[in-house]
Amino acid sequence: MKKNMVRKAAIIVLGIALAASAGVSFYRSRHLQEPVVAGPGVTQVRKLSAYFPALRGTANDANVYVLEGKEPGGTFLVLGGSHPEEPAARLTTWLLAENGVVEIGRIFVLNSANRSATTVTRPGGAYPPDYTIATPWGGQKFRMGDRWSNPLDQWPDPEVFVHYPSRQELAYVDVRNLNRAWPGRADGTLTEKTAYALIQLITKEKVDVVIDLHEAELQYPVISTIVAHQKGLDLAAMASMTLSDEEFKIGMEKSPVELRGLSHREIGDRTDAIPLLFETPEPFLDATRGRTNAKLLLEGKDEFVVRAGKHGLLFEKIDAKGWPIDVRVGRHCSTLLQVLDVWSLDHADKAIVLKNVPKYAEVIAKGVGAFLRDPTRADPKTIYYE
Amino acid sequence: MIITIFYYVMIAFVVFLMGWNLIRSKKWQEEVLYIIVLIPFLLRLLRLK
Repeated sequence: MKKNMVRKAAIIVLGIALAASAGVSFYRSRHLQEPVVAGPGVTQVRKLSAYFPALRGTANDANVYVLEGKEPGGTFLVLGGSHPEEPAARLTTWLLAENGVVEIGRIFVLNSANRSATTVTRPGGAYPPDYTIATPWGGQKFRMGDRWSNPLDQWPDPEVFVHYPSRQELAYVDVRNLNRAWPGRADGTLTEKTAYALIQLITKEKVDVVIDLHEAELQYPVISTIVAHQKGLDLAAMASMTLSDEEFKIGMEKSPVELRGLSHREIGDRTDAIPLLFETPEPFLDATRGRTNAKLLLEGKDEFVVRAGKHGLLFEKIDAKGWPIDVRVGRHCSTLLQVLDVWSLDHADKAIVLKNVPKYAEVIAKGVGAFLRDPTRADPKTIYYE
Repeated sequence: MIITIFYYVMIAFVVFLMGWNLIRSKKWQEEVLYIIVLIPFLLRLLRLK
């Protein structure tokens, strides 16, 4: 009897040790502080709840960085973190908020459009809890994040996700996917409320163009491209042609009319804004990848994905050089700058002039970290946490 | 919100059942199995994952 009790106690202690070890790791990951040093171009920092008060106090009451020019012009909204496991998207918004200076017009920037999804990694996916971008002052750590809102913030999932208001049936897990929740609803789930709040922002601020930044696996056909609502086909086509001629190859695709809930469909259908979605290649997301770690996330090198390419299973090229984070962020930066240029040429009365944001070649030459600001040397009043 | 609360009540009940079975079990293999299965439920109950 006594022997049994000692054995049980030992097993329980072992179990508690395992749970505590995992629990501490999960807690640290969920609460990792991500500083943003608001750059000289940031004129205001608001909360998303300013546009929809029901979000106040929730995980998704994200920061909205406002970059306003001295002269009036057009208005852009740039969304990073719709899918936080696509880090090039969030890092691009960091570069914008910390460096961008708008001379004409306005740009609204969200680094964490679905902030809840930044606080969790995929259960069973063996994702790293975080990753570090090397900088001249050491390095900056970011939460890894997932594609879907944290189940701690929104649960349970239904058997089938019925999109509102189309009633189209989608995968159950996409009930927590911000890019299936558009246009959202005021009395819906946290993810739907977030989309609804963003629609309020777009409407109230009379946003002209919404840029939704993403990354994609190489086995997914929508990759290295600009997905455009039919209202934005000319804009996307001109940007795509110019970039492909001058910097790197990028395609353009028309947003499918029948696939509901996506930013490039619903924003265009329900507001005056033109939505565009940018995709860069992220081998980390490929199903045939090898070890799923921060190295793969940042270097984008994977022998198994390369092998899949040799068998014709990919929609984008990959070789031993992989798809490093600098290349991916550089693509997003240049694509954004090119879209701004094309937009401004076509809409002189609603032009936007953005300075100090590096282009593709500069990001590759210097690295993403060269454009991140050191929070320990910044004025504390300019530091915001995502 | 009501469904979420009910979900956590269910988790607490499952944790209680497995803990009770762990205490009553006489085989060490079963005890190890119970403790391993218990961990994710415990982490969810504590809102850690």
